[in-house]
Amino acid sequence: MTNSQNVVSPQNVQDEWFRPKQKEEGKAEAVVRPSLSYWKDAWRRLRKNKLAMAGLVFLIILAFLAICGPIFSPYSVDGTDLPNQNKAPSATHWFGTDELGRDVFTRTWYGARISLFVGVMAALIDFFIGIIYGGVSGYKGGRTDAVMMRIIEVLYGLPHLLVVILLMVVMGPSLTTIIVALTVTGWVGMARIVRGQVLQIKNYEFVTASKSFGAKTSRIIRKNLLPNTMGPIIVQMTLTVPSAIFAEAFLSFLGLGIQAPFASWGVMANDALPVILSGHWWRLFFPAFFISLTMFAFNVLGDGLQDALDPKLRR
Amino acid sequence: MTKYIIKRFLMMIATIFIIATLTFVLMHSIPGSPFDDERTSNPTIQANLEKFYKLDEPMHIQYLYYLKSIVTFDFGPSIKKPNESVNELLARGFPISFELGMVTILVALLSGIILGTLAALRHNGIIDYLAMTFAVVGISVPNFVLATLLIQQVAVNLEWLPAATWSSPLHMILPTLALATGPTAIIARLTRSSMLEVLTQDYIKMARAKGLSPIRIVIRHALRNALMPVVTIMGTMLAGILTGTFVIEKIFAIPGMGKYFVESINNRDYPVIMGSTVFYSAFLVFMLFLVDIIYGLLDPRIKLHRKEGDA
Amino acid sequence: MNERKKKEKKMITDEKVLQVNNLQVSFRTYGGEVEAVRGVDFDLYKGETLAIVGESGCGKSVTSNAIMGLIPQPSGIIKNGNILFKGKDLTKMSKSQLRKIQGVDISMIFQDPMTALNPTLSIGEQLMEGLLTHKKIGKQEAKKKAIEMLKLVGISNPEERLKQFPHQFSGGMRQRIVIAIALICDPELLIADEPTTALDVTIQAQILELFEEIQQRKEISIILITHDLGVVAKIADRIAVMYAGKIVEIGNKREIFYTPEHPYTKGLLNSVPRLDLMEEELQPIEGTPPDLFSPPKGCPFTARCDYAMEVCDHVYPSTTKLSEAHGVNCWLQDDRAKVLLEEMTFGKEGILSSSLPAATDV
Repeated sequence: MTNSQNVVSPQNVQDEWFRPKQKEEGKAEAVVRPSLSYWKDAWRRLRKNKLAMAGLVFLIILAFLAICGPIFSPYSVDGTDLPNQNKAPSATHWFGTDELGRDVFTRTWYGARISLFVGVMAALIDFFIGIIYGGVSGYKGGRTDAVMMRIIEVLYGLPHLLVVILLMVVMGPSLTTIIVALTVTGWVGMARIVRGQVLQIKNYEFVTASKSFGAKTSRIIRKNLLPNTMGPIIVQMTLTVPSAIFAEAFLSFLGLGIQAPFASWGVMANDALPVILSGHWWRLFFPAFFISLTMFAFNVLGDGLQDALDPKLRR
Repeated sequence: MTKYIIKRFLMMIATIFIIATLTFVLMHSIPGSPFDDERTSNPTIQANLEKFYKLDEPMHIQYLYYLKSIVTFDFGPSIKKPNESVNELLARGFPISFELGMVTILVALLSGIILGTLAALRHNGIIDYLAMTFAVVGISVPNFVLATLLIQQVAVNLEWLPAATWSSPLHMILPTLALATGPTAIIARLTRSSMLEVLTQDYIKMARAKGLSPIRIVIRHALRNALMPVVTIMGTMLAGILTGTFVIEKIFAIPGMGKYFVESINNRDYPVIMGSTVFYSAFLVFMLFLVDIIYGLLDPRIKLHRKEGDA
Repeated sequence: MNERKKKEKKMITDEKVLQVNNLQVSFRTYGGEVEAVRGVDFDLYKGETLAIVGESGCGKSVTSNAIMGLIPQPSGIIKNGNILFKGKDLTKMSKSQLRKIQGVDISMIFQDPMTALNPTLSIGEQLMEGLLTHKKIGKQEAKKKAIEMLKLVGISNPEERLKQFPHQFSGGMRQRIVIAIALICDPELLIADEPTTALDVTIQAQILELFEEIQQRKEISIILITHDLGVVAKIADRIAVMYAGKIVEIGNKREIFYTPEHPYTKGLLNSVPRLDLMEEELQPIEGTPPDLFSPPKGCPFTARCDYAMEVCDHVYPSTTKLSEAHGVNCWLQDDRAKVLLEEMTFGKEGILSSSLPAATDV
């Protein structure tokens, strides 16, 4: 069993090596990796995921442009300029103009505002309703839980986009309506996840254990509960955003979305349809490109977060 | 199993009832009833409407008549098209939409499962990276963007395939492609991740220890277990494809139900909206019911109910 | 050698079924290369049960997976050495050649019966599948054999049971089925990876009895992977003690239990509760095994060893033969260490020789 890498073979070891070795305190334990806090560890692993980081960086830039982009532009969202209809991208109009001579560059960032706003609001409202409903259901348990879950089961069976369309028809198209319609159906998924997490926590032995050691409630929540429950919830929120953005674009595309003079990416794409065959590619390209990229960014970020936050994968 | 089916069936009826009621309440909550005179310029239509919806009766009687019309599968007249009923529109449009939807789901299932399985078997290999790149892109690009791109590039620039309508198998290629890409991507991702998990299971190791061929292990031992999650998302997937047909039919000028539905939304043709919503919801919920039963057939653990149910 | 005499009914012959020579297995991971098995040698005779014991992560399961041809590809690599099954080198075989041996000549039992059976296939399908793949027999005959096997492992009403699915059986029953599946092609070598760990104590005893019964009937050789010395005491003929990817001591059951020489073996025996020991004499081994990303150059046990010398840090000891079967890799066997040891034990009241009271019984 001689290891070939050894310079010294067992046959020619020096005699003076035969003396007791000084025991180093704690050396046997030293090989264990240093323990990181949950969030630091998750952040470290997220940073390793280049695609997810690229998504994050893109979203930060997009958010910045959505807020500041229109300020840099000399044009307004609805400023028509009939002599300059359907102009291709140029030095004066970076993304070209539409059939009313409106600047596509400016409208694209307004579209980003709408998309991000719809996405983030939908995710936040879903989160709050989901936390309350799922929390109560999971915490109360028993009959309450059974009834609340049966309701969820039925709601889950509803075709969401159809209900959203119906609500849009009834309430009339507007930004508020879109968000309300999306959250009326969207919170169900979040509530399910929250309930699952709450049920899991209830069974965790370490919660009882830390209580019996006299740990403070706030400490239990911060050190034990949050890391073990927030992961799936954050991931769900990250994935709600792109689906809300898609739903907004879809509704706008059907003519049920934001109305003029506001611009949203879905509206812009819908407006571009009739002229796309006459070679005005920029009309569709920019909104389509940014919708796709935003969805992509949220999706890869969500995937990255899922990998980074899953305590089961922690090593 | 019987007990399971009965339970699912009752759930289905409850869901349809809720949707029908919701539709009724929402439609009647529109300020100035959608069935008011101003909405329609045509006296024949107005007469039809009053007759069908019993507009002179009190609300709860109207509701009962409405429920009856749903049970008898009669969705009433259209506001905008004088001599047509919602039933006629459905009879004309739905078969085409159904065809589009079914072709799409078959394409998506087949290619998604194959792609996902190959990616899992070649984990971290070239096929895996390509498949997952396709999947993330496929999920990110909305189908209406993809559809427009396909028309512009494949139909107009290259002139390879016809751009519109649904008249021959050749015409079906582009709409199906546009509609199936998203679902394919989702199925491929799901199949891959659940396949990767299944492949680490002890029973796969055991199958390998039996000296079975890799193909047999994948098909007989892994695939069936890996497809369980795919079956569970089939319901949502179907709903997505169905709403997808709305935009695809609009873009490709396919005379399906989706096209009529979008038209009715834009015209505010409320009876058509109501009728199609209820019909589509019922259809979807029924499909979900079928999916649940298929799941029960695939997973023997659910058959536990059989003894109690049959005895 | 009275070991052999006692177990004569068991018919251990001198025929070597399996020879493992200098086996080295590594895994490529994101963190670097893990040297899981670092040069393992042992032989296995026909009809004998060899137990490989050690803490989790010591490489015992990887060794058994290597023999079974189940090292996960492409991350796992057999870096060196060979595995001779009846003279043929398994490491040199193609996958399709290997498949003709897997499940037929060599088969395996897994740790957790709850996960080892495919939940979507009936017991009958899972039993007959190996037979139908490897042996040229018809479905009826396969079914007959399957029923026969279920009877052998003690499952009543086998005809009915064939149609049922795994979730309809208890844990102990499932492990019996797993054993039946492993034995259905009449293998010559059975690898049992922690076969009783996941089971209740009463069921454990039943399963171990089943092993003994089967071995007597079928003259099968068994490699038993376990960390449970109770299981080892019951059914093993020989014991190999593994630590950090190496076999540090090997010998007959009596030799290992009554005259262990390696400090790790002694530690392992001292950490097991026994009726003849007082509770305070129960001693866990302090510390944890070394990180196999960068295994130590010398003896891997040095950091945890009470008798560590400087030499242990620098060079891995060669094997010292204590009897025909008993071998140990430890510097304490070196004559130069013996002198030192006397000095040490003098002060410590003979801790080494009397650390195990049972040793004086021999």
